[in-house]
Amino acid sequence: MRYTLKTLLITSLLCTSVFAGGGGDILRVNILFDNLEYQVNDEKVVNWDMSAYLGYDRDKLYIYSEGEKPDGVSASSETQLVYSRAIAPFWDVQIGLDYDKSETSSKTWGVLAISGLSPYFFESRAVLLVDDKSNVGLRVDLEYEALITQKLIFTPSFALDAYTKDDLTQGIGSGLSNITLGGRLRYEIRREFASYIGVEWNKNFGTTYKISPQDSSYLVGGIRFWY
Amino acid sequence: MVPLSRRTFVKGIVASAMLTTLPSHLNASTKITLRKKTQELSGSEFHLSINKTLVNVTGNERVATAVNSMLAGPTLRWREGERVTLHVTNNLDVSSSIHWHGIILPTDMDGVPSISFDGIPAGETFIYTFDVVQSGTYWYHSHSGFQEQTGVYGSIIIDAKEKDPYEYDREYVIALSDYSDEKPSTIYRKLKISADYYNFNQRTVGDFFSEIGEYGFLEAFKKRSIWNSMRMSDRDISDVTAYTYTFLMNGQNPASRFEALFKKGEKIRLRIINSSAMTFFDIRIPNLKMTVVATDGNNIQPVEVDEFRIGVAETYDVIVEPENETAYAIFAQSIDRSGYALGNLTSDASVLADIPQLDLRQQLTMTDMGMSMDMKEMSKMDSTKEISSMESKKEMPSMKKMDKNPKMSMKKKIPITPLEEANGFDNTMRAMNPQYRLDDPGVGLRDNGRRVLTYADLRSLVSTKNERKPDREIILHLTGNMDRYIWSINGIKYSDAKPLEFKYGERLRITYINDTMMNHPMHLHGMWSDLETGDDNFLVKKHTIVVQPGAKISFRVTVDAKGSWAYHCHLLYHMTDMFRKVVVV
Repeated sequence: MRYTLKTLLITSLLCTSVFAGGGGDILRVNILFDNLEYQVNDEKVVNWDMSAYLGYDRDKLYIYSEGEKPDGVSASSETQLVYSRAIAPFWDVQIGLDYDKSETSSKTWGVLAISGLSPYFFESRAVLLVDDKSNVGLRVDLEYEALITQKLIFTPSFALDAYTKDDLTQGIGSGLSNITLGGRLRYEIRREFASYIGVEWNKNFGTTYKISPQDSSYLVGGIRFWY
Repeated sequence: MVPLSRRTFVKGIVASAMLTTLPSHLNASTKITLRKKTQELSGSEFHLSINKTLVNVTGNERVATAVNSMLAGPTLRWREGERVTLHVTNNLDVSSSIHWHGIILPTDMDGVPSISFDGIPAGETFIYTFDVVQSGTYWYHSHSGFQEQTGVYGSIIIDAKEKDPYEYDREYVIALSDYSDEKPSTIYRKLKISADYYNFNQRTVGDFFSEIGEYGFLEAFKKRSIWNSMRMSDRDISDVTAYTYTFLMNGQNPASRFEALFKKGEKIRLRIINSSAMTFFDIRIPNLKMTVVATDGNNIQPVEVDEFRIGVAETYDVIVEPENETAYAIFAQSIDRSGYALGNLTSDASVLADIPQLDLRQQLTMTDMGMSMDMKEMSKMDSTKEISSMESKKEMPSMKKMDKNPKMSMKKKIPITPLEEANGFDNTMRAMNPQYRLDDPGVGLRDNGRRVLTYADLRSLVSTKNERKPDREIILHLTGNMDRYIWSINGIKYSDAKPLEFKYGERLRITYINDTMMNHPMHLHGMWSDLETGDDNFLVKKHTIVVQPGAKISFRVTVDAKGSWAYHCHLLYHMTDMFRKVVVV
């Protein structure tokens, strides 16, 4: 990580060109709250899904965070800090740590991820997680933006979690653990700010289902914003 | 009407009235000057100052950077054969510069910081002095930071020593520009974060359904799949649009309209300069034919047209002869049809011309992707053998043109000097089958029923028969990654590139291959670019050459200027990376 910071700093010094000072490979910060929403279900969940980065064309530091805060219960979340490096026109590889927090416990994973734009314009991210007990997890996220108009955008999404071993403290069962399908319709008041409504279907599978028998669909409503 | 034109109108109502007093919150110590009306200065000694200037183009006050507090800056009139001296004082808080675009001069007078000189530090004056060895229509602009976008630009007219071959009774400079209330650094940051931020003409679900209606599901799906599998958009015409830009003609917005008066029967020369940061314009004057007589300052054989496209930094001189005492609209719509600049050419100041409708938007085609028709067939059929004869025939007209163009290369091979190339994450693709498309007016102007100028129409007024044949050739791929908003040449950004070496005295052929989906106006400083437009005997001298998406184009350079020169794409937000330093050794 120290190396990364050093790289970022050195690059920033080298890239200052005089003849067109503002252009080129600028250091930038971007924060995106893709979802910040209320889920209309029995638990009355507030859910978020955000990412932020600091960096340049090739090298970036990313924070990813998603989680939920049911009414009356403490929040559970998955937060990652990764170093991201562009390796192909549409793809970045990422390496770092993931910190999972559930109601009662927490754990840390090492992560290796690939993130980018698949053919046919699917925003894609696949994360491989490994913990100290050699449990290996896979989390995949896919999202597509279909423009109804220039400002009204429908976003179907797909997320999948799977693990090689049980981890009962985290409520994780081996095999396919969870699939979440969503569809959100947002209206961009500005590019940077949209409000949306949608539906989501969330189902646990296998051992995970036995631990936590989740299989529900519900309405969601929220805002999306970035800087 | 498209929705954005309403916006233009609303912006326009609060027109750019010249302010007479400084608002109270800006006291004298901030050094902010009031905007002045653009004037013409002539002679051989000029005093210019780059000032922080209060402007109001859209209804909002902003501090622009403007030469002599004028937006556009003063028009400078020089005489061919004289020596000019220009004292340029930088009243900004940061370093500045002025580059005399298209002017042949010594390397240390070219005004590019870190290449020709150190720039003009804040508060200091730099004296440019050089002999004027050419005539025609040119312009000047800052080569520092994004100052050109915030107002440091103006026009240059150089009167010829000899009698002008084209007679006219009256002349007007028509300087086009794109103005934004947003800071250029904000625009650039947004593009880096989300390259399609300003594009409100993206493909919708409805477009797909109407294509199904038109072509049937299978064909529509196949058409889409070529683009979608490559993650390319056929709607990506301009990076920055009228969502943030107000398009100006001589510093005036479409509501206040630049006014050009004429008397019936007069021949009027319009010196049209694209001093925009990012915007290509398509220009026409409804009900009036334009005779194009010069481009980039150099006379050409006259061509009568209805419309022409002007790339960023290009200039075109046209002569018009209105036969009626009425008003004509000088209509310059942006290439993406998101807005327009407007002037009123009228015999009576009280008469305003009707404003034409913006044209419908066109989409990029497979040709713009650097795939020809038969390539598309190939990708469909997955077999190289089975290119249908019908599809090959379709290619024939352009093939003929292509063959005609590099005529001499057929006769005698020009040795190609290989250059360093890279193919990393920062460039998306290579055009698979780039073609010479000199007779292609480009996206938005194809088959519009009007006579549109193309590069194939351009022929120098003077013969270039005795020009030397090229000694060698280099190939420059214009490359980039639109999704990440990174630009480069041969896959290498300027910051990572070695300088290009030209040999003093050589005749060089340069071929561009545009691997991107954008037009790039390429500008070589210090030397003329002799564009091959189909006839070696009439090569056209230009300083800025537009390279169409997926296309190929060639020109020749007589390397007759010692020193170091800038060489770059003139789109301001591409420039830093799509840039080379040329060293003449």
